[in-house]
Amino acid sequence: MSADAIVEVNQVGKIYDGGVEALTNVSVALPHGRLSTLLGPSGCGKTTLLKIIAGLIPPSRGEVWVKGNKVDGPGPERAFVFQDFALLPWANVLRNVAFGLELRGLPKEERHQIARKHIAEVGLKTFESSYPHQLSGGMRQRVGLARALAIDADIILMDEPFSSVDEQTRRKFQEELLDLLRHKKKTVIFVTHSIEEAAYLSDQIVLLSARPGTISKIIQPSIDREGRSPDEIRRDKNYLDAVDEIWQILKHYV
Amino acid sequence: MTLFGKRIPIFFSLVVWFVLWEIIGRTELSTITPPFSRVIAAGITIIPTQKFSVAVSISLRSFALGMALALLIGIPVGILMARVATIGKILGMWVNIFVSAPISALVPILMAVIGIGDTTVVVTVFLFAVFVIILDTQIGIKQADRSLVEMARCFGAKRHQVYTKILFLSALPEILAGVRLGVIRGVKGVVIGQLLIAILGVGELFELYSQHFLMEEFWALVLIVFMFAFVVSEAVALLERRVEYYAGSR
Repeated sequence: MSADAIVEVNQVGKIYDGGVEALTNVSVALPHGRLSTLLGPSGCGKTTLLKIIAGLIPPSRGEVWVKGNKVDGPGPERAFVFQDFALLPWANVLRNVAFGLELRGLPKEERHQIARKHIAEVGLKTFESSYPHQLSGGMRQRVGLARALAIDADIILMDEPFSSVDEQTRRKFQEELLDLLRHKKKTVIFVTHSIEEAAYLSDQIVLLSARPGTISKIIQPSIDREGRSPDEIRRDKNYLDAVDEIWQILKHYV
Repeated sequence: MTLFGKRIPIFFSLVVWFVLWEIIGRTELSTITPPFSRVIAAGITIIPTQKFSVAVSISLRSFALGMALALLIGIPVGILMARVATIGKILGMWVNIFVSAPISALVPILMAVIGIGDTTVVVTVFLFAVFVIILDTQIGIKQADRSLVEMARCFGAKRHQVYTKILFLSALPEILAGVRLGVIRGVKGVVIGQLLIAILGVGELFELYSQHFLMEEFWALVLIVFMFAFVVSEAVALLERRVEYYAGSR
């Protein structure tokens, strides 16, 4: 395992009750301060792997280590962004973003102050007192992201965060996500089924095979993103090569 | 409701019935249907009497006690049944039997066991109200968004926080629907309980009026009880609509 790995997955397997084998013998190291993507055909267990790393599902075999500690449940160093947003419908944006801090028992004033800062960062300053059903899908996911940032976790786990968001919002969101995360030096583990999204965002792409999922290949595209516009990145030779390489592998499973 | 292209308020349909009632009453077809105006007049005479206020306060107290018990026991039992599979299985069938059973048939047994008094009425109210509250709470908790529970666990929620901050609030629309139905049944419970016991509260008054053939007073009391049930259930419905608004995106 490499020295700068913040998450280490060690020979993890998962068999669900009822005998469905979702994952088998998955070992991978996810580097500190980088964005890693879990990518694979649908049903390959990528979300299962993410939830095992989050501590939401116990693995049937093997173990996960986060910052040198064995995972046996959720922890404060990991935050999760959900595919279906998972916002409290009865709470406004401010309370939703502050929810992680509320659970930790922070006083109201303090947690609202922190939440306000992160709401502003994701561009929702004027929506603090709106309720989730008043927001678009893209805005709801910004709330989900702000909630994850508010607890100041080192690792942000994202489960297909843009899959319920329309294409234009998605692109804009991806760009902002890159900016924000580079700036904050967070480690991000990202599940997606979009090859372009994986190649565009990732420092490391973990390709999983069809069920039962296992590591098929790990690709580290060397795309120079520093000071370049999104359109330039999307025309970069390394970006296009990475997209092509991923497709060559994935098409065997489709 | 519209009539000849004009919108007319809902209570207009009540007015129509009251007018019809008045007409039938005036024709003196039957002694059990006095004219509506005389019923109202009787109502105005009985309300200030001491007998009436004593009866109402006894009935209200039994109703409040029975309902409080039904809420305090019904909601936690519903939550437990939804969360613990074994408890759900053991109690599920009984709750379903009792929610549809004619509880009135049990009142004579209650009288024999508990005695002829307030306690029997309280237990009757409780039995009338509790099962529908249990059932609706159970459904609400079962339908609670699982990903919200997962989210809460992810952000470090302790066990009790999952219940107080996620499950209870998630199920609140269903719980309140159960409470509203429970309140309506509870009113039935207090009246039926007291009618069968016949020496307590509003039930005693009903017995008194019907045995002495005081039909005007009898109908006045009926209207008062109807209005009470309606007002209480509307009050819960009001609360329900507020909650539904916030749960709009479920």
